[in-house]
Amino acid sequence: MELERTEQSLLEHLPAKNVAAVSMCNIHKSFGKNHALRGVDLNVMPGTIHALLGENGAGKSTLMNILCGFYHQDIGFISINGKQVNITNPKMAIDYGIGMVHQHFMLVQTFTVAQNIMLGSELTKGIGVIDFKRANREITELSNEYRLTVNTKKKVLDMSVGMQQRVEILKVLYRGAEILILDEPTAVLTSQEANDLMQIMRNLASNNKTIVVITHKINEIKRVCDFCTIIRRGENVLTVHVDDYNEQQLGAMMVEREIVSVPRLKTTKSKKTILEIKDLVVKDDRGVKKINGVSLEVKAGEILGVAGVDENGQQELVEAITCLRKVESGTIKIHGKEIQNTTTKNVICSGISAIPEDRHRSGLVMKFSVAENMILKRYKEKPFSRCGRMNKILIKQFADDLIEKFDIRPPNCAEIPIKKLSGGNQQKVIIAREVSNNPDLLVAMQPTRGLDIGAIEYVHQKLWEQKKKEKAILLISLELNEIMEMSDRIAVIYNGEIIAVVEADATSEEEMGALMVGGGKK
Amino acid sequence: MRIPNNIALIFVGTLMYTTPLLFAALGGVISELSGVMNIALEGIMTVGAFTGASVSYFTNSAFVGFLAAGFAGALLILLHAVACVTFRADQTISGTAINFLGGGISILLTKKLFNGSALSASAPKLPSAFPKFVSNRLKGTDLEAINAISIATLFAFLLVFFLWFFMYRTKWGLRILATGEHPAAVDSLGGSVFKIRYFCVLCSGFLAALGGAFMSISVTSSFSPVTICGQGFIALGALIFGKWTPQGAMFSCLLFGFARECTTMLGGQNGFVSQALLEMLPYVLTIAVLILFVGRSLAPKAVGVPYTKDLR
Repeated sequence: MELERTEQSLLEHLPAKNVAAVSMCNIHKSFGKNHALRGVDLNVMPGTIHALLGENGAGKSTLMNILCGFYHQDIGFISINGKQVNITNPKMAIDYGIGMVHQHFMLVQTFTVAQNIMLGSELTKGIGVIDFKRANREITELSNEYRLTVNTKKKVLDMSVGMQQRVEILKVLYRGAEILILDEPTAVLTSQEANDLMQIMRNLASNNKTIVVITHKINEIKRVCDFCTIIRRGENVLTVHVDDYNEQQLGAMMVEREIVSVPRLKTTKSKKTILEIKDLVVKDDRGVKKINGVSLEVKAGEILGVAGVDENGQQELVEAITCLRKVESGTIKIHGKEIQNTTTKNVICSGISAIPEDRHRSGLVMKFSVAENMILKRYKEKPFSRCGRMNKILIKQFADDLIEKFDIRPPNCAEIPIKKLSGGNQQKVIIAREVSNNPDLLVAMQPTRGLDIGAIEYVHQKLWEQKKKEKAILLISLELNEIMEMSDRIAVIYNGEIIAVVEADATSEEEMGALMVGGGKK
Repeated sequence: MRIPNNIALIFVGTLMYTTPLLFAALGGVISELSGVMNIALEGIMTVGAFTGASVSYFTNSAFVGFLAAGFAGALLILLHAVACVTFRADQTISGTAINFLGGGISILLTKKLFNGSALSASAPKLPSAFPKFVSNRLKGTDLEAINAISIATLFAFLLVFFLWFFMYRTKWGLRILATGEHPAAVDSLGGSVFKIRYFCVLCSGFLAALGGAFMSISVTSSFSPVTICGQGFIALGALIFGKWTPQGAMFSCLLFGFARECTTMLGGQNGFVSQALLEMLPYVLTIAVLILFVGRSLAPKAVGVPYTKDLR
C-alpha cells in the first residue's frame, strides 16, 4: 500500500502564503497515568473542512477539548491564524473565534432557541434586561444568512435532534466563531439529517469558515472533507489530502495494529439455530432508531462476531436481547421461542447469559463479596436459598469451587469484597457466573475491555471452551482483531444495520476496516 | 358580628402567616433554580428567628434585627454552599445537618443570652406597611385591622414580582436558570457554575432567615424553640407545589398561610374542633398537596447534582 505520503506532500496542495487557521504543535496531555496525547500536530487551513479520524480513545476529543479551553495541554503550543495563544478557559477560546459543537448537546431543553443561542452573551437594554425582540430578529437574520432556518421561539425539547444540532451550530456562529469544531456530528442523526448537515458544512466552508470534524465515519470524510489527520493511540499518523486516498486505505490507516494470529478452532458445521433475530427495530432513550431492521442467526457451536465502530447500535442490540430495552418491532427467538419484551428473568431462564460491557456498572455489585456476586442470578434457586433464607455455607462452597475452577486470584477470596480484586479477576468472576449455569447462548459485549494481555487470553479461552461445548456465542467487540481472531462469522453493524455478514476466513482487516465505517456498502 | 371586619381580620392573618413562608420559599426557589437543593430552609429560618428576636431586643430596633437575621442566615448557609458546590457533598445530607445545626445553635444561644431561658425576651415590632395618613384614615372603620399588615409583608410580595422579573427577563436570571438545567452548557459558554451557585445559595439563606426573623419579630414577638416548628419544610412544600417559580410559590404560600389562619380563627376556647387537630391542618395540607398535585418532572434538571467538569 502506498502510505508514504507525509506532511510535505500535503503542503504542496496549498498556496504557500496561506497561514494555518489552527496550528497545534507537539501537544502532550496526560490524565493520571493515562498518556492520552503524545506529541500530536495538527494544521488546519482556513476555509477548509478538516477531518480528525481515529478510533475511540485515540485522543481526538481530548485534542479538541484542549483547543476549546476545557483542558490545558501539558506540553506543546497552539497558534490561531499564525499567532501563538495560550487558551486557559472556554471563554478565551470563544474570544479567539473557536466554537465547538459538542457530541452531547449543550442545550437547555426548557429554553427557547433564542434563549439557548444568546445564553452568556445576551442582547440587553437597560440594566441586564434581555431584549428578546432584537435577539429573535438577529438570530433569525443569522440563521437565514447561513441557510440554517430555525424557529427562534420554539423550545428545544420540542425539536428533532437534527434541529437541535442546527441550534448548536448557530450558537457557535452567533459568538462570531471562525473555526468550528464538530464532535462526532452525525452520531445521533438520521441519514437524512446527516445529509443536511454535510450540506450545511459545505455552505459554512464556502462562507470562509474553517471546520474541524471529529469522526470515525470514513464515507462522510470522503464526501465533505478536504483534509484528514489520522490519530492512533495519542499519536498522529499522518495528514492527507482526502482525494488522494480511497475509503479502504483510510480505514486501514485508522485501525492498523499488530495482528496476532492464533489458529482458530475449526467450526463444526452445525445446523441447529440457537438465536434468531428478525427485522429488529430498537430506539434509544432519545427516541432515535438505533437498531433498524437487524436480522441475525447464531448457531450452536459458533461464535458470531459483531464488528463495528462504537455507537452504531451494539449496545441497543445487546439490551434488546437481554430485555433491558423495549423492542419496537421484529422478533428475537431462542430455540424458536420469542423472548423480546419479556423480563430479564425470562431471558435467564431461557438459557441466555450475558457478559455486560461495563462490569462495574452492570456486571457486579462492587460492595458485595465474591461469593455473593457469583450467585447474583441464582440467589432465589434452591439450594442457595430456601424460603428466603440464604444458605451461606453452600454458597461459599459453590464460590470456592468456581474460584478454583476459574483460577480466580487471590485464592480463598470468596468472602472478600469484589472491589478488592483486579479487573481481570473481576471479569473472571463474571465469566464464572455466566458460564456456570450452562447457558445455550452467551452474549459477550466487550468481554476484554480494559484487561491486560494475560487476562484477554484467558477470556478468549473460556469463550472457546463454550464453543467446544456446542454453545452459541454472540461476541460484540470494538476491537477488530479480537473479532477477527475469535469469530467464525462476522456481522458488520453500521448505523443500526447489519451491512454485511462474512466468513471470518474469507476476509481481511482492510476489508473489515472499510466495512465498519460504512464503506463498501453495496 | 361585623362581617367586613372579620374578613379584614382573616385577610390580615393570612398575610401575616404567609409572609415567613413566602420569604423562605422564595429563598428556596433561587437556590433550587440554580441547581442546589435546599432542604436547610427550616434550620436557616430558626437561626433567622433567633437572630431577629435577640438583635432587635438588644438594639431596640426591629429593622436592625431583621437585617442581622438575613446575614446570619447567609453565614449559616455558606456551609451548605461550601459543602455542596465546592466539595460536591450530598445536598440532602448537608441540608439535614444544617437543619439540626440551626436549631441547636439558636436554642443554645438563647439560653446563654437570656439567663437559661429557652424563650428570648420580647422584641419591638416591624412597622405597618401603610404610611401615617392612610392608617389614620382607616382608624375607626371596619377595615382598621389591615393596619396590622407589616412592611415586611409588603416587601415579600414585591420581592415575588422582582424575582420573577429577574429570573425570566434579565440575563443573570437566564444564566441561573441554565445553571439549574444544564450546568455544562453554562460552563461551555464561559460562565462560572461555581459563582452562580454560590450567589444563589447565599441569597437563599438570606431570604429564608428574613422569613424566620419576621416570625419571631412580628408574629410571636419573641423566639422560642417552637417558633419555626416545621415552617421551613412547609415552605419547601410550597416551592415544589408552586412549580419552582416565584409566583407559584406565592400562591401556594398564600394557601398554606390561609390554612394556618384558619387554625387560629376556628380554634380558641369555644371552637367545635379540637385545637390539636386544627393545628395539624397546615402540615396535613402540605402532605396532601404534595401527594395529589406534584409531578417530579418540573424540577430543574440538575437539582441535587454536584457539577464537575469531568461529567461533561
